[in-house]
Amino acid sequence: MDEFMLIFRHEDGNKVASPEQLQAWMKQTMDWIGGIAAQNKFVGSNGLLFDGSKVVRHNSVVTNGPFGEIKETIGGYITVKAESIEEAVAFAKGCPILVGEGNSVEVRKIAKRDGVH
Amino acid sequence: MAEDIASETFLAAAQTWGLEGPPPNPTAWLYHVAKNKARTTLQREQVFRTNVTPAIKGLAPGNSDPEIDLSPQSIDDSQLQMMFAICHPSIPPEAQIGLALRILCGFGILEIADAFLSNKETINKRLFRAREKLREENIRIELPSPAEITSRLGTVLTTIYLLFNEGYYSESGNAILRKDFCLEAIRLCYMLTGNASTDQPQVNALLALMCFHASRFEARVNNKGDIILYEDQDTTLWNTELISRGGYYLSRAAHGDTLSTYHLEAMIAYWSTQKTDSPEKWENILQLYNQLLQLEYSPIAALNRTYALARANGKQAGIAEAIKLKLIDNHFYFALLGELYTNIDNGKASENFQRAMELARTPADRAMMEKKMLSITSCLKRTSSP
Repeated sequence: MDEFMLIFRHEDGNKVASPEQLQAWMKQTMDWIGGIAAQNKFVGSNGLLFDGSKVVRHNSVVTNGPFGEIKETIGGYITVKAESIEEAVAFAKGCPILVGEGNSVEVRKIAKRDGVH
Repeated sequence: MAEDIASETFLAAAQTWGLEGPPPNPTAWLYHVAKNKARTTLQREQVFRTNVTPAIKGLAPGNSDPEIDLSPQSIDDSQLQMMFAICHPSIPPEAQIGLALRILCGFGILEIADAFLSNKETINKRLFRAREKLREENIRIELPSPAEITSRLGTVLTTIYLLFNEGYYSESGNAILRKDFCLEAIRLCYMLTGNASTDQPQVNALLALMCFHASRFEARVNNKGDIILYEDQDTTLWNTELISRGGYYLSRAAHGDTLSTYHLEAMIAYWSTQKTDSPEKWENILQLYNQLLQLEYSPIAALNRTYALARANGKQAGIAEAIKLKLIDNHFYFALLGELYTNIDNGKASENFQRAMELARTPADRAMMEKKMLSITSCLKRTSSP
């Protein structure tokens, strides 16, 4: 069994959702993660806040952001266990952020610290 | 020491039965006397070690008088220290429960064997090995240091919870004994709340959880000893005193910044004390299970979460989630599928109850699945006949 990271990419991090929308989205996300955990495939997750975020660049240049300058922002990630990339992709398909048209979930296998990868 | 207590008990029997004739229940009499003797001996030893010895050593001029402290506080403290010694990570959980039952709760070897569906020899061996191990590891009978106490408390709580479950879910037919186990688990946990260093949020959460569960003790078994399902329970038999106690400890658990599995399970148990179905109830239970599973996976939590999801989001959604669980050697899994398919696809419901019946381990579970299957089959016949 390998571990995969499912990274949530949002097209526009500045979009403001209504409290009702946020609540509905929260429930869908919790149900989605709970479904993975109920299969004993959940490893960990973190939501990433946009408030007060910074970008550090070459020569220690610090800017607010990453909004406006790049097309996509990362909203969070979840780490899962899966037998194959296909299974991990099947998990990703259930991710509620995909309701938003421009959003995507990137699926990446986590490198094992076995000296080979 | 165990031999001494046994011989003393038989001596007492020989002395009193000879004069007054044997009691109505000689076995119970022997256990009772032996239990009391064991308890007294242990307490005496403990008091001797913690109070008498230091007092005698300190008899040098200028020290205060060597009074023996037999106050309830001192006895509780000794029991707490013993609890930490017994619930030590170096011995397996089963042995910890055995030792706790024997030493802290004063149950007999036979009673413990009965509860574990085992025999006297196995339990004796298990306890002997555990004691040897504690001796080898040189485990001291004392409270862990403040730095250690939270992590060591985890093992103590696990043992208490397992002890409670042993009583609550045991397949042993001895209903009175099982209830005693649950009450002992509650007593030990209650004792932890009585000491400032162990009165932590997760301890109160576990205590709340056990109070909520125990509130249904009278309602969940009929007078033949069969389990009555939650939906069919007579709510007037629910113990409201225990429910409000549970609420009290749950509010005491709402401190600090750690959300333990006991907190989540206690909140789920709280919702179970609310008999009235409401969308709010099932949505809350579902979200609590979602969180619980992220902290700690267990097949039973996964199944319960799926049931709650079906209640909150609808049966079709529940079926879709249930199929993914693939717990194909668990009879509860098929019972859940049977339940979810009922009135959606009764053919499938019947098949699943059939599988559940084949996999069930106890006669009571088999009988329950058979009953479900028959009610579906009669339903099928009625709809297919002209």
